[in-house]
Amino acid sequence: MTTKYTLKLSGLEPLTITKNSVFVNVGERTNVTGSKMFLRLIKEGNFEAALAVAREQVEGGAQVIDINMDEGMIDGAEAMVRFLNLIASEPDISRVPIMIDSSKWEIIEAGLKCVQGKCIVNSISLKGGEEEFIRQAKTVKRFGAAVIVMLFDEVGQADNFERRVEIAKRAYSVLTEKVQFPAGDIIFDPNIFPVATGMEEHRRNAIDFFRGSKWITENLPGAKISGGVSNVSFSFRGNDKVREAMHSAFLYHGIQNGMTMGIVNPSQLEVYDQIDKDLLEHVEDVLLDRRDDATERLLEYAEKVKGKGKEKVLDLEWRNAPVAERLSYALVKGIVEFIDEDTEEARQQFAKPLQVIEGPLMAGMNIVGDLFGSGKMFLPQVVKSARVMKKAVAYLMPYMDAEKLLAGDKSTSQGKILMATVKGDVHDIGKNIVGVVMACNNFEIIDIGVMVPAEKILEAAIREQVDVIGLSGLITPSLDEMVHVAKEMERLGMKIPLLIGGATTSRAHTAVKIDPVYSGPVVHVLDASKSVPVAQSLISKDQLAGTTKRIKEEYEQFRIDYKNRRSEKNFVDLAKARANKFVVSFEQIVAPGFLGNKTLENYPLAELRKRIDWTPFFSTWELAGKFPAILSDKVVGVEATKLFNDANALLDKVINENLLQANAVFGFYEANSVGDDVAIKLPNGSNETFHFLRQQNEKAADQAYMCLADFIAPAAENKKDYIGMFAVTAGLGIEPLVAAFERDHDDYNSIMIKALADRLAEAFAEKLHELVRTDYWGFAKGESLSDEEIIREKYDSIRPAPGYPACPDHTEKRKLFEILDAEKATGISLTENFAMYPTAAVSGFYFANSDSKYFAVGKISKDQVEDYAKRKGQDTNYVEKWLSPNLGYEN
Amino acid sequence: MNIREILNQRILILDGAMGTMIQRYKLEEEDFRNEALKNHHKPLKGNNDLLSFTRPDVIKAIHRQYFDAGADIIETNTFSGTVIAQADYDLGQDWVDMINFESAKIAREVADEVTALNPAKPRFVAGAMGPTNRTLSISPDVNDPGYRAVTFDELVSAYKQQARKLIEGGVDVILIETIFDTLNAKAALFAVDELFEEIGKQYPVMISGTITDASGRTLSGQTTEAFLISMQHMPLLSIGLNCALGASALRPYLQVLDRNSPFFVSAYPNAGLPNEFGQYDESPAAMAKQVEEYCKEGLVNILGGCCGTTPDHIKAIADMAANYPPRKRP
Repeated sequence: MTTKYTLKLSGLEPLTITKNSVFVNVGERTNVTGSKMFLRLIKEGNFEAALAVAREQVEGGAQVIDINMDEGMIDGAEAMVRFLNLIASEPDISRVPIMIDSSKWEIIEAGLKCVQGKCIVNSISLKGGEEEFIRQAKTVKRFGAAVIVMLFDEVGQADNFERRVEIAKRAYSVLTEKVQFPAGDIIFDPNIFPVATGMEEHRRNAIDFFRGSKWITENLPGAKISGGVSNVSFSFRGNDKVREAMHSAFLYHGIQNGMTMGIVNPSQLEVYDQIDKDLLEHVEDVLLDRRDDATERLLEYAEKVKGKGKEKVLDLEWRNAPVAERLSYALVKGIVEFIDEDTEEARQQFAKPLQVIEGPLMAGMNIVGDLFGSGKMFLPQVVKSARVMKKAVAYLMPYMDAEKLLAGDKSTSQGKILMATVKGDVHDIGKNIVGVVMACNNFEIIDIGVMVPAEKILEAAIREQVDVIGLSGLITPSLDEMVHVAKEMERLGMKIPLLIGGATTSRAHTAVKIDPVYSGPVVHVLDASKSVPVAQSLISKDQLAGTTKRIKEEYEQFRIDYKNRRSEKNFVDLAKARANKFVVSFEQIVAPGFLGNKTLENYPLAELRKRIDWTPFFSTWELAGKFPAILSDKVVGVEATKLFNDANALLDKVINENLLQANAVFGFYEANSVGDDVAIKLPNGSNETFHFLRQQNEKAADQAYMCLADFIAPAAENKKDYIGMFAVTAGLGIEPLVAAFERDHDDYNSIMIKALADRLAEAFAEKLHELVRTDYWGFAKGESLSDEEIIREKYDSIRPAPGYPACPDHTEKRKLFEILDAEKATGISLTENFAMYPTAAVSGFYFANSDSKYFAVGKISKDQVEDYAKRKGQDTNYVEKWLSPNLGYEN
Repeated sequence: MNIREILNQRILILDGAMGTMIQRYKLEEEDFRNEALKNHHKPLKGNNDLLSFTRPDVIKAIHRQYFDAGADIIETNTFSGTVIAQADYDLGQDWVDMINFESAKIAREVADEVTALNPAKPRFVAGAMGPTNRTLSISPDVNDPGYRAVTFDELVSAYKQQARKLIEGGVDVILIETIFDTLNAKAALFAVDELFEEIGKQYPVMISGTITDASGRTLSGQTTEAFLISMQHMPLLSIGLNCALGASALRPYLQVLDRNSPFFVSAYPNAGLPNEFGQYDESPAAMAKQVEEYCKEGLVNILGGCCGTTPDHIKAIADMAANYPPRKRP
């Protein structure tokens, strides 16, 4: 029940604190005075990593986050403003209330201007006299924040019981009577000082805090108590065991005496009940000042418990367990070393080899499925488990053949799933991952590969009598292809469920474009972990009808909402957008070192390795987090580190044995913009034109409507300008590697090599861009950036790729390939839908102007589509087909 | 009897949409210009706030129609009356002052005329302060989420000026409305609090937020309860919700306010959701029927209409609400 004394805070969501609430944990790591790492990130201006720290705290259970930027080397107010503004754009962080922490009033005031929720100011005090205290408290109130009052006055800090009472009483009466500050919004920090320092006057530091807190709680209605706990154990730095015990004992007594919130590092906290009884007694003797020799005794005791680290033993004890347990252990842990011998042992125990699969192996895989389903195992682990399973099955196969039993007997399978990457698309990492996860969950997977036309998919589905079809795709034209497959299914009168997945697919597209054309169930599946429960509910006879109805209704509702939302979006007409184009200066055009094309063959992979951006690699494996922070992440850190080590081992092998080949072609040409087009003069004297699209979503008055052509000098200005193009791959030679891993039933490494080749290709694009800037084109000859800065794209110029947000039309890629003669020069080919093969490939344009930047064209309206079709000399319908994800109108 | 006393006795009725009514007059560019604006370099058509002095006859007639329909409170024609919103038209401080003062003045005149006809039913004027077209919590630049197109101080100064002129023009209440970014509204509250201190007089303040979609959150991401907590530091007359959703869709969020608000609760929803042509076409009877659900549950103290509502809607709501007691504050 809330009363007038309830402390109500808010981020995006409310947080209500009463006297009887459980202790509110304030996150303390976004504090430059307390965290060296956070300070470093802020100093470097690496706000993205700093945000990750905040996010991790909230995910780790912090109910409020304390933010402090008090450090001489940084502009505290500016850093506070920037960080708070960034947090406002991150709903998973800003859902909790903020604590603006500073000893400088101007930083607090700057922070208060950035926070929409009801936050806490930490802190104000009577240190500068009553007048200043009143002025600050009034401002805090006017901003609608709660406040922490430090027990400090003109004389000094309250360091005993009587002074705590004196200052708290005075501050409370000033606040409630002169400022009309709501009593429930007053939080006292009665100063936590170190104990066991050896100084006589510090003996009562903890107990006076407890007594002071109790007095405040009992005598100042509504007031709350907070404090920074780690201070108390300052004397025991380096002895975590004692510190952890001391923190939790302090907290235990603090809470008993009215402490409602505080700053505690949860990883430095032992569970009170689990503190060694002996240690607890020594600690509490000190905290509660129970004996004269308490400090000496604790110091002595501390020496004894110090340095008792856990010893590591190579654990092979599991080998002593019965064979069924060993199999299940090997599956859960992904250990292949002993699988053949264990499977053989099991085979001898059972009457039939199939019983080994149906018995211990399936039991083990069920455990894996459950752990994955409940978020206790992560994708790389599951893929390793699948490898163990496949090896065991492969071992049993000859025996089963001998008994004339077919592999994967239908009676044991949950259901049959056909998987394919659609026509025109070659990307299959995601599809393979889903296949592995489903197979782990006892589905029979029929994978018919990539670039599969609709008729082949349907023919296979009918022939194999599958229960579900799963379609995958990565490039935007695949979206249309999926609609086509769905239409074909409808035409053939099929009723089986259709799963949709892949990077460009979305719930919106599935609901709006695919679901309406197929009367059977259609479900968008976000990632591998979601695919299992979805497939189960679609295959189960009991659930199918209910699931179908629920999903159809959900998508129907989505379509209604979508339509309503859309109608509120405003577009400016093309003429207005053009009138507000992005204006850049063309004063400093640098001519490229040469004109025409250049090829780089067999580029050293070791050079590319340094440029790898690892963060997307982890997200391929469904491990969320930024590299390198992810390696020490509380939840996925251990698995991420293993994966990273495995990746590097394979990368060593690839580099040492030259297993992959990296080729590139690039070129520079004279170019001028003509409206939204860029006209190019080729060295052989012929001309070519690239067509670009312009933003039309209505923006604030002073914002430009951008188009890539804006970055090239207009023909009308009579200035010679240039454009560059490139195509790189690092995937040549991957097929035999993948085939070898697949022969060995090693999905883990087969997915790994593809993911690594992708990373190398991206790294190659980054490396080539650098060479272009500093050498081949040479518009940034003096550039000196670290590897890290280059990965974070801290340089001038951009390299947008056709089919991606700045130039979403994939069809322009064909011209780019022709000009570069890219197929011949590099070995990359284009499918009919403009996907590149090998998939580990990147192509795009170079815009050298220092004002050029990435943007997303977003939705466009009909006037532009018609104009664009005219410029391209194509039919509007044809253009609409390729631009369908960008159409801002019903088509 | 002052407004608080009346609110304890019955549900008060706020007016309906201004823009919807203005559209009926089919006004042209010249209607938005007076002698001094004759040669203004930007088109002014659509800048409805100017009509308070270029076509006061129109605005007064609309106010009058809403009073006749049964409204107790009308809003001044000042939704975009800040230097920030008027910057789009290149109209500076002097014009903004004039918009607010004149809008308040004509609303006051109509209210006093109508009150004189029936002194037992006093009519009130609320000085409307809109959200402006800039947000403090959201970056307009997708590439730079830390960027802001306006500062807290700029908003405070703009709102303070608006409130000052509204009060000089004679409003009874300040209404901060259509809040989609709570931080903007905090700046508005900050401004009026400072102003009240300066002029040594407090005016009742009404707050009305906007839930932008079915997620139940404001555009800046807050839940209804978080929004209430963030606005609670001033002694408000009322807090409520308006715009964006139709009456039925608004109900769950009004329930949240009803449970938690120490202030009176208001609601002025749209006439349904826009149809394919962007028009609101819910009939007065249909809307009143949905709003009646609020009254049956005792959720509200103040009722009115937002986009698409007309005097007919307000009449239907007023007639319906007369049969129900107001919400009792916890």
